Amino acid sequence: MNFLIWLLPLPPLLAFFAIILFTNKNKALSHGLAVGAAGLSWLGSMIVFVRAVGTQEFGKHFFESAVNWLPTGNTWFQIGVRVDPLSAVVLFFVAWTVLAIFVYSIGYHNFGQPKGDHDLPGLPPHGATIDEDGHKHSVPSIEPMYSRFFAFISLFAFGMFTLVVSNNLLTMFVGWEIMGLCSYLLIGFWYGKKSARDAAIKAFITTRVGDVFMLLGIAWLYSYTGTLTFSQIFTPDVLQKLGNAVAFPLMAMRAPALWPFFSRFSVAGAIGILLFIGTVGKSAQFPLHVWLPDAMEGPTPVSAMIHAATMVSAGVYVAIRVFPLLQADVTGTALAVVAFIGAFTALFAATIAVAQNDIKKVLAYSTISQLGFMIAALGVGAYVAASFHLVTHAFFKALLFLGSGSVIHGMEHGVLHTGAKQVDAQDMFNMGGLRKKMPITFWTFLIGGFALSGFPVLTAGFWSKDEIFAEAFGNGHLVVFFVLALAAFLTAFYTMRQITLTFLGEPRTRVAEHASETTWTMTLPLVVLAVFAVGVGWVGMPEWFTGGLLPNWFHGFVGQTLAELPEEVAFNWIPVVTSLFVALGGLFFGWLAYRNVTTPAEDRLQIPVLKNKYYFDEIYNFLFVRPALWISEKFTSLYMDQIVIDGFLHNLARFSLFLGHAFRNYFDKPVINEFLGDGAGRTVKASGSGLRKIQAGRVQYYMVVSILMLALFAFLYFFLKAGM
Amino acid sequence: MAFINQHLLSLILFFPVLAAVIVLCLPKDNLKAIHWTAFGLSLVPFLLTIYLWIQFKAGETGFQFQEQAAWYAAIHSTFHIGVDGLSLTMVLLTTLLTPLALLASFSITDRLKVYMFLFLLLETGMLGVFMSLDLLIFFVFWEVGLVPMYFLINQWGSEKGEREIWKGVKVQSRNYASLKFIIFTMGGSLGLLLAIQLLGVLFQNYDLPVLYQKWNSYTTGTLLGLPVETVKTIAFWAFVIAFAVKVPVWPFHTWLPDAHTEAPTAGSMILAGVLLKLGAYGFLRLVLPLYPVESARYAGWLAFLAVMAIVFGAFAAYGQKDFKRLVAYSSVNHMGFVLLGIAAAAKAIGTQNATIALNGAVLQMFNHGLSAAGMFFLVGVIYERTHTRNLEDYGGLFPLVPVYGGILIFTSMASLGLPGLNGFISEFLVVRGSWPILTVYTAIAMLGLLFTGVYILKGIKNVLHGPLNEHWTEPEHKLTEINTREIFVMAPLMALILVIGVYPAWILDVINKAMLMLFKV
Repeated sequence: MNFLIWLLPLPPLLAFFAIILFTNKNKALSHGLAVGAAGLSWLGSMIVFVRAVGTQEFGKHFFESAVNWLPTGNTWFQIGVRVDPLSAVVLFFVAWTVLAIFVYSIGYHNFGQPKGDHDLPGLPPHGATIDEDGHKHSVPSIEPMYSRFFAFISLFAFGMFTLVVSNNLLTMFVGWEIMGLCSYLLIGFWYGKKSARDAAIKAFITTRVGDVFMLLGIAWLYSYTGTLTFSQIFTPDVLQKLGNAVAFPLMAMRAPALWPFFSRFSVAGAIGILLFIGTVGKSAQFPLHVWLPDAMEGPTPVSAMIHAATMVSAGVYVAIRVFPLLQADVTGTALAVVAFIGAFTALFAATIAVAQNDIKKVLAYSTISQLGFMIAALGVGAYVAASFHLVTHAFFKALLFLGSGSVIHGMEHGVLHTGAKQVDAQDMFNMGGLRKKMPITFWTFLIGGFALSGFPVLTAGFWSKDEIFAEAFGNGHLVVFFVLALAAFLTAFYTMRQITLTFLGEPRTRVAEHASETTWTMTLPLVVLAVFAVGVGWVGMPEWFTGGLLPNWFHGFVGQTLAELPEEVAFNWIPVVTSLFVALGGLFFGWLAYRNVTTPAEDRLQIPVLKNKYYFDEIYNFLFVRPALWISEKFTSLYMDQIVIDGFLHNLARFSLFLGHAFRNYFDKPVINEFLGDGAGRTVKASGSGLRKIQAGRVQYYMVVSILMLALFAFLYFFLKAGM
Repeated sequence: MAFINQHLLSLILFFPVLAAVIVLCLPKDNLKAIHWTAFGLSLVPFLLTIYLWIQFKAGETGFQFQEQAAWYAAIHSTFHIGVDGLSLTMVLLTTLLTPLALLASFSITDRLKVYMFLFLLLETGMLGVFMSLDLLIFFVFWEVGLVPMYFLINQWGSEKGEREIWKGVKVQSRNYASLKFIIFTMGGSLGLLLAIQLLGVLFQNYDLPVLYQKWNSYTTGTLLGLPVETVKTIAFWAFVIAFAVKVPVWPFHTWLPDAHTEAPTAGSMILAGVLLKLGAYGFLRLVLPLYPVESARYAGWLAFLAVMAIVFGAFAAYGQKDFKRLVAYSSVNHMGFVLLGIAAAAKAIGTQNATIALNGAVLQMFNHGLSAAGMFFLVGVIYERTHTRNLEDYGGLFPLVPVYGGILIFTSMASLGLPGLNGFISEFLVVRGSWPILTVYTAIAMLGLLFTGVYILKGIKNVLHGPLNEHWTEPEHKLTEINTREIFVMAPLMALILVIGVYPAWILDVINKAMLMLFKV
């Protein structure tokens, strides 16, 4: 069994390398490899899952195996795999959604369609013209980088499987970052579009902000406990030690009165929060949520994969994993921070979703909001409820994303058919009445939307959300409860707005009139996911509903991951009624408000502050991006390096040069050269040339000189003699 | 075989000189013969190094494959060489990168013989530093490496570009860069030479294993009229500055962007791949073992400089418009992590945290050698085709050069420290090792780690992504795909990047054992 778990992530990785290196020219072979690999991983996951469910007391007897990896002095750092109840259920939904998305991608990227007339790699396909019986018409064209897409999503799947089966934080982080890379590559899949390119960078950098904090958390945890393996960290002894140790001993020592908080804030809390910041980045929680809506630039299967089924779920999964750490903090700060971030994000993102017109942007904000639900659930200590909502959300949100992709695809068909290229195929105000044109998409989308809204009893979303309400209420976190209830109301409202604008009423454009249902490779995954969007809820029905006939299987199963099985909260009517009211009320008002709306002008909720997402992009740009640019372009390389440091060096050089000049001009030249060197020479030369004159070789001259000299000597002789 | 076994290090060390002489004897117009001979011969040291790696016993204490010969008896200096796990790793890096750099030089045609000659001499110089167990020999090889590099930059560097040094005075960039490189390094090593002389005169010996003991047990008394402690502190800083220039550590780093940018592609590969490691190697081989007390005392300062290098290196890289300069600054950023690991280890030598930090630092040296050499080569590939390094002149080239694009993204990700590739392992180990020792500095260094991502993505964004710059599709400057030879340069680097990222133990075990032995308390 353990060997099989080691193998789980491998098929997609091999598919990635095979496609990149060998089969990228052959589209059918490439997607065959990718889907086949996803299928293998799916099969393996199902085997593991079934075995896990069948194991008695699986929480104690989970599957784990480890090997030595890094030598660290006299010891080794080990890595390994582990499947426990939590990872088993995560593995279950990951395997299903990944497979569904892979199959869906075949149809989404127009496999089997002709090559485009002027399609370029790096841009979405524009359609091809085909000639049928002398009658030309436009049809969708195949994605030029078809094989590459399957390579990337395969690598992505590898990252996700690695993360889920890891038994330690380090390999978990490896999978986490590989997904980060893939999300960068996939959001920027149509890299020729400037917007896609920028969105990809934004996603990578924003999540990396979280990642560096997470890395610090990992380093701290590792330093403190000497291990990163879950089973060694999450023992009562270690947790107690971490929970009682003071995180900032210096602050606690120097100013305990000034900072009463720091005198108690524990290492567990500090590490937990650092790790949680990683989640905030990856799961797009406030204040690092800004990347996710932009990330809708990627192809829709990518949106489904990144934003619903896997990557953002990975953030929550990690938060759930480190829950014991958060809980161990004696001050309770860590959980309070988590609850606040979650609840705030849930409400805040829901308000933005209400004012979006792009069908995918609505879902993007909805995702942020739903992830906030899970985080908030975790913050109020509802470990199982958070996990449950993670699972149900993965199914219904993947379904919604794929459904929206199907809608866009159908609309694009209409665009090609009518030739109305200026019509935005993603704007919901250009749709309307699609239920007749795309029945399968409509019904599955409706199921997904109702699950998201928490439509009572039938859908999975109801049961998971209800559990969160019950836990928040039952544990006395009333503020969180009210905020979440409000968010849930808005959720149902904007979901119904979306369904109404997209599918109900009459077509508002010619494009919508000519939209058509998509191929089976796209609709089949929708149907499969729709089944889960309904069915998954049944495994977690609380006992008050089933009357004890069915045990709450999910609670019993996932709950045993923790050292102590958490108790189910006692039944209370208030959260149940609230849950019913917000879901049905939201749906009803959403329908009521939008059934007759046909243009954005008639939509009363198109408030600028909501449409502009509370101006977060602008604020961040002002606070972070521009200062960073200034530091980079001006301060470091120019002012500091070229002007200060190099300037100092240049002046040193200049001074040396000056010194050299001075030596040369004021000492060497005048003293050595002129005076000593040249001077001596010149003296000799001058005397030489003086003497030369008397040796001109003329006899008369010699004669005169001789006479003169004779006269001189004669004169001297007599004069001197007379003198003496 | 016995001869090879006994003289393995000398063979590796001096074979490049022999190869250089052989290359000099070739007819000067037969470029092909020169290219292939130089490349082929440079593989010999590499193969010998692999043999050395296999024969090397990681668990044994002390230096292995030692050779000692009389050299300068009058001042008690002997030709003493040997390797331990630390130097072995660096020797492997050197003999691996040199053939690749020569293979990358096939586009050079100008005075090729001399070029190859200098390059092979350079290899001997670098190997000599890593193998020396005698301080004077160490210094000789240290300086020997400078000269060929000076000429490589000065003569084969990029022809375009001028640098204004002060108002109205401009010099050709490659002259400026080569001069700055050699003056900076020589200026730094002046103090080193004096400090080495001090030790040599004091103990009548230059042998490292001997000096490790004698110098460390010499703690009281006066020297040159000063307390030993003061003398040691001064000598410590003399060593540190010499190596800090080479690493390079902020604020001694400004020669690097100029030298890297102006050097020919292969020169940049070696400069970034190996020459920078000489500095870090100096810290590990000389500074920490010879000055444990001073290193611990000034570890905070070293960490400060390292963090400045990490953070400002990353910011500066992000600010560049020249692709090659961007990659050059990335070296400052990455080598900062090496120094951070060293500083942490210096402060808490002998602890497990220190060992982890040192493992990370040494592995980071090796990893940076791979990824930086790869990055410089890739910049060279695109520069050869487009004759521009300005990032704004590219744009959306991915569809034209998909294979090149894939390789560039892969190598960039290694440089970024993506988990699963080699850079992550070493950076993680450094961060893990430094965190408990230098918590605040490590936390600040994270800012640099974040910006590593930012500048790497800036490079990819401007070269590969975005709207296609139609200029490069026109027939007269049509951008061509990376060719087979160039792929062969990258293939070994990429393979190692991946292998170390997935299974680092094969190399890390050697490093780990060496660090345990070298820095046991």
